[in-house]
Amino acid sequence: MTKIVVAVKYVPDATADRTFSADNTVDRVGVDGLLSELDEYAVEQALQVVEAGEGEVTVLTVGPEQASDAVRKALQMGADAGVHVQDDAIHGSDAFATSLVLAEAIKKLDYDLVFFGMASTDGGLGVVPTLVAERLGLPAVTYASEVTVDGDTVKIRRDGDVATQEIEASGKVVVSVTDQSGEARYPSFKGIMAAKKKDVQEWTLADLGLDAGSVGLDNAWTKVESFEPRPPRTAGEIVTDEGDGGAKLVEFLASKKFV
Amino acid sequence: MTEVLVLIDAPDGKVTKPSLELLTIARRIGEPSAVVFGSADNDTLKEYGAEKIYTYDDAAFDEFLVGPKAEALAQLVADKSPAAVLVGASTEGKEISARVALKTESGWISDAVDVQADGGTVTTTQSVFAGNFTVKSNVTKGAPVITVKPNSTAPEAAPAAGAVEAVTADISDAAKTAKITSSKPKEASGRPELTEAAIVVSGGRGTGGDFTEVEAFADSLGAAVGASRAAVDSGWYPHSFQVGQTGKTVSPQLYVANGISGAIQHRAGMQTSKTIVAVNKDDEAPIFELVDFGVVGDLKAVLPQATEEIKKRKG
Ligand SMILES: Cc1cc2nc3c(=O)[nH]c(=O)nc-3n(C[C@H](O)[C@H](O)[C@H](O)COP(=O)(O)OP(=O)(O)OC[C@H]3O[C@@H](n4cnc5c(N)ncnc54)[C@H](O)[C@@H]3O)c2cc1C
Ligand SMILES: Nc1ncnc2c1ncn2[C@@H]1O[C@H](COP(=O)(O)O)[C@@H](O)[C@H]1O
Repeated sequence: MTKIVVAVKYVPDATADRTFSADNTVDRVGVDGLLSELDEYAVEQALQVVEAGEGEVTVLTVGPEQASDAVRKALQMGADAGVHVQDDAIHGSDAFATSLVLAEAIKKLDYDLVFFGMASTDGGLGVVPTLVAERLGLPAVTYASEVTVDGDTVKIRRDGDVATQEIEASGKVVVSVTDQSGEARYPSFKGIMAAKKKDVQEWTLADLGLDAGSVGLDNAWTKVESFEPRPPRTAGEIVTDEGDGGAKLVEFLASKKFV
Repeated sequence: MTEVLVLIDAPDGKVTKPSLELLTIARRIGEPSAVVFGSADNDTLKEYGAEKIYTYDDAAFDEFLVGPKAEALAQLVADKSPAAVLVGASTEGKEISARVALKTESGWISDAVDVQADGGTVTTTQSVFAGNFTVKSNVTKGAPVITVKPNSTAPEAAPAAGAVEAVTADISDAAKTAKITSSKPKEASGRPELTEAAIVVSGGRGTGGDFTEVEAFADSLGAAVGASRAAVDSGWYPHSFQVGQTGKTVSPQLYVANGISGAIQHRAGMQTSKTIVAVNKDDEAPIFELVDFGVVGDLKAVLPQATEEIKKRKG
């Protein structure tokens, strides 16, 4: 019986224009959102581990009301239950505060493994998994392009820059998976119907024993002083190849001293 | 003047260019102290401004993922109270530095493209939302722990004392849990490293699976080769060369996109390049919105001609 918690994030649609709110936080209200595509890979890997033996997948999200859409999508893919931590005080939390809320929520759950995506698609830096592991004092095997669970040992393959590594850890382990780990499934009609009956718990900070002072924008250890739209690029010169495209390209490169 | 700790990356002892950039940036804040796990070419560190060189020698750093390095660096931070900690913005650099920031209760800023010091305040510049916004930030707690992107400044030599100091750390058992059981080195391409290169030439689905023209053009310019995810997913080029959201972020002087449409996820990895050029046969490809110069045409014709022309000019 392997119990896996998968942390999934609700993110603004990457194809929409993203901007800042008046308080210098990312505007998550004005844009449509969805389950981060990179977290679908984590859900997929968790489902595969459980399907290969016996177990249960619980998806966990921290986010605004609409974030329940992300949980719902994961349940449609086949996860068994969901937890949605929602609290106005969480607004504007950075990776550090988010990792605190996730760690406390994970502690309340009965689990063997915790799966994460490699990064949030909305500009996430991929450090929430390592920070959650740090807070929980658990081993972290991150950026897995392949995951194998063998008894109480997790083995991963990491396709690094200079080397391909095999990494392993035992006991309760934090795992993050990349988009190289294998296509995520689409929810089936049956999955969509079944998801409607699955249990989603709603927790607040109080349920986790956290107070508002430990999270949120005002408690971040960093501060955005200012943001500025990048000056629009001046329209470039575009030529159509009429047998001389390569030569023209080199002329441009030479004018910029690249040749 | 206070110390600035700079985590050095030196595979096989050779100090990387991004590490030299960090030493250069560190001098704006205080006196650079290089931190080396294993060994590095100390003469180079000295030449680029390291007043001190802290070296750690412990097999745990190579046997396990980031845990031991994060513990050691956090202990050094607690011991030295530096003005700032600078680390390269690689995935490993981010994991180590974020853990150090958490352990030492210090503000963490990642992917800075510029770092400036004014009096006691260190201010970083980041480029966010696929390069559409520039954000200036600083930390409100502890010593700023900052990861800096490659190519954020030009490394400048500034010879310093480079006093080597061997240090040790107490590594807990809890940090030695993610064990590296095997490591197969990848074959070197002989080209510059993708994230460090001054010029990147990349190919996408438009190559049709054959990177010959892209590689030949890259070689004529001494450039690194990159690829779009479509090319990587099709098995045409290894994943470690992918540019974009789930691949590498590059910020070279010149980026040449060939047969790449310019999807938002690709842009996320190359939009801060100084000069952008594209070759694409579709004049409506979104990549043309970004370019300084574009050729509407078949890369199979345009690139070989350009390669020949460059060879001719070089004589
Ligand atoms: C979560 C997520 C993460 C992603 N991460 C990345 C990432 O890191 N990097 C990335 O690149 N993508 C990423 N993508 C994929 C991205 O959305 C695009 O699908 C991908 O970038 C398309 O690659 P392409 O431009 O090579 O292919 P296409 O979009 O198919 O474009 C091919 C282009 O080649 C042109 N062409 C065809 N033949 C020729 C010819 N002979 N000569 C000249 N031009 C020609 C066509 O006109 C077309 O514009 C990600 C997607 C998701 C959902
Ligand atoms: N608010 C959140 N709720 C649940 N999981 C999250 C949240 N933020 C980040 N994560 C998880 O952490 C991973 C890395 O996120 P990040 O560090 O933000 O790039 C994501 O792929 C998710 O698995």
